[in-house]
Amino acid sequence: MKMKKKELWAMLVFLLPALALLTLFIIIPFFMAFGLSFTNQRLISGRVPTKFIGLLNYERMLKDEYFFKGFGNTFIFAAVVVPLQTAFALGLALLVNKKLKGTKVFRTTYFMPTVTVMVVVAVIWTFLYHPEGLINNFLKVVSFYKWKPVDFLNNEQWAFPAIMFMSIWQGVGFQMLIFLAGLQEIPQSLYEAATIDGANKWKQFLHITLPQLRNTTTFVIIATTILALRLFDQVMVMTQGGPRGATYTIMLHIYNMGFKRLNVGYASALTVVFFLVVLGLSLLQKTLLGEERG
Amino acid sequence: MKSMKTNTIIDRTVSYVLLVFFAVFFLFPLVYMVSISLNPDELDILKTMGSPKAFFPEPVSLKNYGDVFRRMPFGRFVLNSLIVVSSTVVGGLFINSMGAFALARFSFKGRGLIVTLVVALMIIPFEAIAIPLLLMVNKFGWLDSYHVQIIPFIANPFYIFLFYQFFLGFPRDLEEAALIDGAGWFRIYWSIALPLSKPIMASVAILHFLQHWGFFLWPLMVTRGFEYRPLPVAMQTFFGQYPRDWGDIMAFASMMTVPVLILFIFLQNQYVNTVKTAGIK
Repeated sequence: MKMKKKELWAMLVFLLPALALLTLFIIIPFFMAFGLSFTNQRLISGRVPTKFIGLLNYERMLKDEYFFKGFGNTFIFAAVVVPLQTAFALGLALLVNKKLKGTKVFRTTYFMPTVTVMVVVAVIWTFLYHPEGLINNFLKVVSFYKWKPVDFLNNEQWAFPAIMFMSIWQGVGFQMLIFLAGLQEIPQSLYEAATIDGANKWKQFLHITLPQLRNTTTFVIIATTILALRLFDQVMVMTQGGPRGATYTIMLHIYNMGFKRLNVGYASALTVVFFLVVLGLSLLQKTLLGEERG
Repeated sequence: MKSMKTNTIIDRTVSYVLLVFFAVFFLFPLVYMVSISLNPDELDILKTMGSPKAFFPEPVSLKNYGDVFRRMPFGRFVLNSLIVVSSTVVGGLFINSMGAFALARFSFKGRGLIVTLVVALMIIPFEAIAIPLLLMVNKFGWLDSYHVQIIPFIANPFYIFLFYQFFLGFPRDLEEAALIDGAGWFRIYWSIALPLSKPIMASVAILHFLQHWGFFLWPLMVTRGFEYRPLPVAMQTFFGQYPRDWGDIMAFASMMTVPVLILFIFLQNQYVNTVKTAGIK
């Protein structure tokens, strides 16, 4: 069917604004990152003219210890936070999904941190993590005064775990709601049949709930991983990557190189690697977890 | 039978203990923030910060709130955030729904290709384009403005996709009847499609709001002075000023947080639906 001229015009009026903005602000910058990564482009062009420098940025990366530190920490963050947060979210969803009075109120309190801005969360927890703060005193009391106060955010060993804990606190409510939606899709008849067959609660969880939640779990894991790899706001506010690089992430490195040092060429090369890692991990997870489309 | 009844009672008790435990776990930092903000005595804040007393300031006062307004143009930051976020969300609702409408309701050559492109763009995180985009807006001379925080974030492949899926679900004869009646395409979009898509519009608006309200990395790079700086960056700057006055900091944090928390208590069912929409792709 051929489109009438009037219809074609209408279609273009609807489509073009979105398409133009996507092209200008996502597609072009995306390809620019690849192009710039082969140049010595500066944010503010000074005396040095911009020129093609081949793979020099990528070679430099191999000798850049902050690059390895940043990626290493980012991977550790994802490896710890993703499984813990996913399991915690599922547990909370199961709890809130019980047919008990008042679960709706509890559900609401659990997602309050997810609508709180991360910068604010980081500020509050910086105070909580103070050497004489609430967390230290709480640990002191529950350990019968065996706990020695720790300056969490200035301690190389504790700074990153402290930020991980806080990030889970902030984000888990969102994943809980996704799991809750998944749980409510499971047909009740499956559980009824299982109860008649004499399967206990644990067996029902293993053989009905988990398999039925497969797509939801895959989605939650992939989404949480991407979020974890982008780690920036919390560390920027709380530690700026310190102490001694213990919380330095790849996004912090991109920010420092591109914005602070004005080295757009090198930051673009880092960006390209960052994107390829995000893409590769997502595809790998999709294959391993085997999302069923339907 | 008796044992089964005891079992349910145990199960219920354990459930409620857990529910309350987690409620405390998720709420105590937020309550702590508000409590500290209401304590006018900074020395008392530092003395009681690690004890339960911190939750019950004595006396309660709004002094810290006044201090925030005295020490910095807080109202300006609120205004900046509201301008940036509302323009982005409202603009986004129109541009994204219109694009999706074209993709879902018109048949034209290359339509499938554009849909595939939109889906592919969803995988690109903002962080992967931030630096080239910074170079670009710098060349445009856009630094330190409202529009540098608005225009690049209006069109969003994920929201186009959500609208697209929703519009696909409309029956075909909907616009055919309207077209026969002589209504133009814009009329169909405006008076048929949009009113029918209130649920998806609410979801997209909530997601877009949350994403942009807390946006930090970009405004950190593109705003310098207070004129165009939104709340999250202002919060970080305020937090970075030494000596830290925790009462003032928490007052700033509370003013930024409590209204949104109240808003989302009212919108809770809508929020739950939104997450469901975002989760089921």
